Amino acid sequence: METNFSLQSFLVEQYKNNQKTIKEGDSSKLAQMRDKAFEAFAENGFPDKSMDNWRSTDLTKALSHDYKILLQAPPYNPVDSYFKCNIKDFDTFMFTFLNGWYVHKNVPLTVFPDGIIVGSLAHAKKEYPEIVDKYLGTIAKDNNNPMLNLNGAFMQDGAFVYVPEGVQISKPLQIVNIVNTKEDLLIQNRNLIIVEKNAALKLVHCDDSVTTTDTFINSVSEIYVGQNAEVSYYKLENKDSQSLLINSLYVKQENDSRFLSNGITFNSGVTRNTITVNIDGSNCDADVNGLYLVDKQQKVDNYVRINHNKPHSRSSQLYKGIMDDQASGSFTGYVYVEKDAQKTEAYQTNNNIALTDEASVGANPFLEIYADDVKCSHGATIGQLDNEALFYMRQRGICERNSRMLLMYAFAMEVVNKIDIEALHKQTDDMVSRRLRGELSICDMCELHCGDHTELHFEIDMSKI
Amino acid sequence: MLLEIKDLHASINGKEILKGLNLKVNRGEVHAIMGPNGTGKSTLASIIAGRDIYDISKGEIYYKDKELLDMAIEDRAREGIFIGFQYPVEIPGVSMTNFMRTAVNEIRQYRGEEPLSAAEFLAMMEDRKKLLELHSKLTNRSVNEGFSGGEKKRNEIFQMAMLNPELAILDETDSGLDIDALRVVANGVNKLRRPDNATVVITHYQRLLDYIVPDFVHILYEGKIVKTGPKELALELEEKGYDWVKNEIAK
Ligand SMILES: Nc1ncnc2c1ncn2[C@@H]1O[C@H](COP(=O)(O)OP(=O)(O)OP(=O)(O)O)[C@@H](O)[C@H]1O
Ligand SMILES: [Mg+2]
Repeated sequence: METNFSLQSFLVEQYKNNQKTIKEGDSSKLAQMRDKAFEAFAENGFPDKSMDNWRSTDLTKALSHDYKILLQAPPYNPVDSYFKCNIKDFDTFMFTFLNGWYVHKNVPLTVFPDGIIVGSLAHAKKEYPEIVDKYLGTIAKDNNNPMLNLNGAFMQDGAFVYVPEGVQISKPLQIVNIVNTKEDLLIQNRNLIIVEKNAALKLVHCDDSVTTTDTFINSVSEIYVGQNAEVSYYKLENKDSQSLLINSLYVKQENDSRFLSNGITFNSGVTRNTITVNIDGSNCDADVNGLYLVDKQQKVDNYVRINHNKPHSRSSQLYKGIMDDQASGSFTGYVYVEKDAQKTEAYQTNNNIALTDEASVGANPFLEIYADDVKCSHGATIGQLDNEALFYMRQRGICERNSRMLLMYAFAMEVVNKIDIEALHKQTDDMVSRRLRGELSICDMCELHCGDHTELHFEIDMSKI
Repeated sequence: MLLEIKDLHASINGKEILKGLNLKVNRGEVHAIMGPNGTGKSTLASIIAGRDIYDISKGEIYYKDKELLDMAIEDRAREGIFIGFQYPVEIPGVSMTNFMRTAVNEIRQYRGEEPLSAAEFLAMMEDRKKLLELHSKLTNRSVNEGFSGGEKKRNEIFQMAMLNPELAILDETDSGLDIDALRVVANGVNKLRRPDNATVVITHYQRLLDYIVPDFVHILYEGKIVKTGPKELALELEEKGYDWVKNEIAK
């Protein structure tokens, strides 16, 4: 029945018929950007597997699927009635989006006493057009990402975060995207995070579903890291097998700034994470990390690109994956060093463990270097668990299954240990061990169901097995 | 009898290493196995542990009157077999505490005992450390990762103390140890001796046997135990060298 349906034509129609609704509140600059993005989408459509950077992301099934889009915010629905984040001791400022729209009680934007603004982009573009116009669409620029065109045409709401010069947020900010619907939705958030000079922000971004309908999320985030500013960005993904999740993160770094990101994929349907960091300043640090633990038919595709556009900056990428059953996981990492970006240091590591012969692993490191005085390295490994270590552990009485689990846990912890928020670190540690034991499933209210153990186990606890 | 090996033949990659080995170990005994490099001492320990890379063409091993060769690696360990390895492997990222707690609790579970709580386990670790006079912080680190040669050996003895085996086979645990550490390790082994357990030490040096006094000394040569004697055999061997053994066999 759906076979003749074309998502692309459907979306083109939708845009043409609903332009007014979609553009509601746009500045003229934004409206123009939108039209340009739409034209590009109408002409080029979705990425396909013939494109170099999209070889590992299979969208085929979605392209003939009849998704709904919500062009208007749904009525207010108190979020506590269906969602509660219960990570122990995790004290954050939490902001929630439901089916792509900011959930608020007539408070679309919260202004903190120190000037931090957090809330809905749909409102920020009206209330703070000078800020939004200055940054929106200037960080997320990419000719190789057709999903950006689609998002650029349809984006309406998303998180808006503004941290003014010199302000350091006192506790982490947590953005939770919840999908709770009986319909198959296509959701296209745009998040705009601006951290000005000498400011600091820790941001935790969770993608949750409360239902298991077929959802398609095409989310774009733009992060501006001002001079000597510091941003840590954490992304937790635990999606059900029907979901299609495409995240595109674009970061711009000014002089002396620091950016850390850590993305953890516990479960996925089809997930694609794109991260592009433009180091547009000197003396910057960019530390981009990821961990993906997939099994069954799950697919995850990570694509990281770091552009060293200025001299004297450092970047490192550490991505680790464990693939079980017929799952597939891939990492494509680019380091690009501009001619003038001398004294660049860039390191890239990708380690994979394939637990079965049917699991598929992609490791594609690329270095593109035009400067001559740089230190760059990359290494990719695809391996199995260390047999010598397994034998040693079993000789001490540990069964094979648990020996394997201890090794996998150790492998994963290198990434988890880079999380610099203690409560989140402990929680992620715990979730990784539960995931490896096969206990972290996807059926609770919040599919991450982070807090369903009252007591946390930071070690593999045999009484639990 | 705790362990009985009868006419064991084992090869790896088509090369025969053990060529008809016999050995009997009773509870309460200490045995020493000596022999030149490459004669199959570690191979023997490995086969008892359950490594599956060997082809065992002939022979039998009985442990507590059960066929050992049919048992899984971890079940052998749970039944009380401990190997102190000649080259302990490094396991980055797995903490000693986590590793030992998992091992201790799996063995307890096998015996139908309740798992130890975190507090009980930590108390046990402290107790074992004290017994062995270990003051190091090795237990705070990943298993053997970055340990010096001597530290790895001490860690093997610490694990032995934690697991309290019935049959411990210590493969060159004395090599790489400084004089003080040697005494510490040997004292540890002696303290862990009971009338119902047995220890087999594989060593090149008579010196160790001054501390851990064996009931029997065996000479393993070209895949066979060619000579067995009292502890004085080690002294004689040290004095006369392996050529003496060769000549003895030739006779
Ligand atoms: N994987 C292997 N493939 C081929 N040959 C092997 C393998 N492992 C061991 N060997 C050979 O088996 C023989 C016995 O080795 P083993 O380690 O048991 O000797 P050992 O008596 O413990 O010696 P040492 O005193 O040096 O520790 C040696 O010749 C060794 O090279
Ligand atoms: Mg040896």
